[in-house]
Amino acid sequence: MNTLTGTVRLARLILRRDRVLLPLWVLLLGLIPLSYVASFNELFPTEAGRHGYFAASEHNAAFVALYGRLFGSSLGELVAWRAGFLPVAVGLLSILTVVRHTRTEEESGRRELLGSTVTGRHAGLAAALVTTFAATLALGAILAVGMIAQGLPAAGSWAFGMELTASGWVFAAVGGVAAQLTSSAGGARGIAIITLGAAYVLRVVGDISGIGDGTLAWLTWLTPFGWVQRMVPYGGDHWWPALLAALVSAVLAATAVLLSARRDVGAGLLPPRLGPASATPGLRSPLALAWRLHRGLLAGWLAGFAVLGVVLGYLAAGVGDLVRDNRQLNQVFANLGGASGLIDSYIASIMGLFGLIAGGYAIQATLRARVEETNGHAEPVLGTGVGRVAWLGGHLTFSLLGPAAVLAVAGAAVGLTHGLNTGDVGRELPRAVAGALVQLPAVWILSAVTIVMFGLLPRLAAVSWGALVICLLFGLVGSALGLDDRVLEVSPFTHLPKIPGGQVTVAPLIWLTAIAAALTAAGLTAFRRRDVPVT
Amino acid sequence: MTDAISVTGLVKTFGATRALDGLDLSVRTGEVHGFLGPNGAGKSTTIRILLGMMRADSGAARLLGGDPWADATTLHKQLAYVPGDVTLWPNLSGGEVIDMLGRMRGGLDKRRRADLLERFDLDPRKKGRAYSKGNRQKVALVAALASDVRLLLLDEPTSGLDPLMEEVFREAVREEQRRGDRTVLLSSHILSEVEALCDRLTIIRDGRAVESGTLADLRHLSRTTIQAELAAPADGLAQLPGVHDLHVEGGRVRFDVDADALDPALRHLTAVGVRSLVSRPPTLEELFLQHYDRTQRTAEVPR
Ligand SMILES: Nc1ncnc2c1ncn2[C@@H]1O[C@H](COP(=O)(O)OP(=O)(O)OP(=O)(O)O)[C@@H](O)[C@H]1O
Ligand SMILES: [Mg+2]
Repeated sequence: MNTLTGTVRLARLILRRDRVLLPLWVLLLGLIPLSYVASFNELFPTEAGRHGYFAASEHNAAFVALYGRLFGSSLGELVAWRAGFLPVAVGLLSILTVVRHTRTEEESGRRELLGSTVTGRHAGLAAALVTTFAATLALGAILAVGMIAQGLPAAGSWAFGMELTASGWVFAAVGGVAAQLTSSAGGARGIAIITLGAAYVLRVVGDISGIGDGTLAWLTWLTPFGWVQRMVPYGGDHWWPALLAALVSAVLAATAVLLSARRDVGAGLLPPRLGPASATPGLRSPLALAWRLHRGLLAGWLAGFAVLGVVLGYLAAGVGDLVRDNRQLNQVFANLGGASGLIDSYIASIMGLFGLIAGGYAIQATLRARVEETNGHAEPVLGTGVGRVAWLGGHLTFSLLGPAAVLAVAGAAVGLTHGLNTGDVGRELPRAVAGALVQLPAVWILSAVTIVMFGLLPRLAAVSWGALVICLLFGLVGSALGLDDRVLEVSPFTHLPKIPGGQVTVAPLIWLTAIAAALTAAGLTAFRRRDVPVT
Repeated sequence: MTDAISVTGLVKTFGATRALDGLDLSVRTGEVHGFLGPNGAGKSTTIRILLGMMRADSGAARLLGGDPWADATTLHKQLAYVPGDVTLWPNLSGGEVIDMLGRMRGGLDKRRRADLLERFDLDPRKKGRAYSKGNRQKVALVAALASDVRLLLLDEPTSGLDPLMEEVFREAVREEQRRGDRTVLLSSHILSEVEALCDRLTIIRDGRAVESGTLADLRHLSRTTIQAELAAPADGLAQLPGVHDLHVEGGRVRFDVDADALDPALRHLTAVGVRSLVSRPPTLEELFLQHYDRTQRTAEVPR
């Protein structure tokens, strides 16, 4: 029997299981940039208008951090640049897809069931990788065809499509490697997503340094996001970065296969250790159990936010220098409040980004309760004197206070590094921390929506991720989509004051918190009334 | 003495599936009660309703004098539950799980914990993901048996245990039984276990109790096999009520007869003249198969 026997059959099984999810994200991400074309045409119908926008954006650190470097002012370049967050989204979804069909399968024991049939030992991994590669290829093709249909140059459109595809390939392969390293799907997802986050941070630091003094610009060459954006669709249409990405994907995929050959089904490469023979006195409440289950996740997010905060805070001072050196830009930004206003708006938009990312953590932490339920871990605990509210409360402590902790750390990291740079920690620290914490009410709305889903429609609890996707789309690309303000206001993040710099309005914070509290109460009530476990 | 568990007319549906369809069950305080039935009969569902995890659509259930749904947390402090599918947290050791569940229930007998670990030959330091199926089961069993509670709800507690450990489990349950104040509801597919441990038992099928009583009662309710050599052909035997599967070979007859039809059938035989007679009570397996087998009931009707 060949080690790949059955790959096609398994790939078909994956397509069947993901027949809704996979086409959904492939189409969504493939079609989003199309709407940018229309809105850019509407906003800047003339070459001169586009050039003005280009000049203002090229050195805007907040924009460069979010989307990457902008190299030209043609319509295609603006659209491709503005879609700069999509490679990250494609990478993330590729990771989730691969881990879901490799390590999650193994952890649940389904892999063993399949493995005992006529299936080669690498077939599962190969099927997951091939399917994801094909899906992101389709995504790229859909995008390219769509852009060509909108009248943009064909070569650039294919390069644009390939940019997303290449990112998907690299991170699918990263997911494949991560799935071999630990024996839990959560751990594998963590490793892969941290890799993705690191790649993003490297790209941000490299690019921001690139528009400044350039000393750290070389970092861009260490990250897949740097490579794919150097394809410069509609500008240079370089193909060699795609080749590089494809090569790296192949090497990573081969590594995953090698690692998988060296271990047993179900096991990770890192050996299990013995634990204590009896529990510490504190392990007696659902909160203590939740702490054991959440602490790894929390530590990972805290570390990630701290690093991100230090890096982005460090870059803040440079944002001001940049403008001071450039008289023309100085004038453009004069009405934004000059250099300090620019730094403030940069920090405020970083905080908005932190808020969205923390929303991801909030949903993930809330869904941990659902994972406990489907794994059969909730039943033995609920069979003791622990009530439902107390059990769920343990998890909610982390889904509500966890984001508060990570945001506080991120704000403190930004404030400290930026304050040390400017020599005024006393001023910057509280402002940055406030800017971060002000995100909380919106983050809590995401937790609360997840709690409601968990209580009312537990089988569809994972759909809560859709709420974050909506917030991300509205926040990062909404204005470019040309959506109506009233539609954009669906996202709780649009109601938050922009701190530092902006007007501090307390009313929306109170409203959002009240709504989150009401939704949480509704979710808890629904959970108290329903059957457990619902599988 | 009052009943530890009393259930009447319990109905629970999952969409189109009628998991429980008017179930009656009563478990007396201090007894070990066997709970049997084919796969999907509704045993686990019943136990989950008794635990207040699921809410019945209709019918009444009382547990230790309380309402399993409304008084769940108070009741849970007086009972221990071993789920049918034991899964453990991958990052908690077996010992940690035993202690934690025990404390959440309101206390653990330290000496009994150590004693059970020893007897079950279980290493409490292993992490959840490193245990084999049988060892996971042992973790849940030790956690339940070492708790000082009035009621044990055990859903197929010995699935995955080897014969030696199965014996340890039986001994542990017998110890509970000897104390006299502990009630055990034991769902099981292992007939010898039920025979060895249970004072009374209930057999359920398709969400309904089809039989309930002591093993002797059940034996009494079921058929005896009769083999006889007769002086003359036994005409009219086939027409007797309660006689099944009649085989006639010249003077030899073999048939099964319901307990309450035994007397008329034997009278009929002696009237003809009996040369030799063998009667065999049903084996345990036959007893259960008779209750489990879906086809048998319907096949009975035309007779
Ligand atoms: N959460 C659920 N959703 C839908 N159907 C369910 C659910 N739980 C149980 N059922 C159905 O209810 C019926 C009874 O199931 P239950 O698990 O109680 O059987 P059981 O007697 O414990 O069987 P086994 O001996 O296999 O453990 C089955 O038909 C099962 O498919
Ligand atoms: Mg069951």
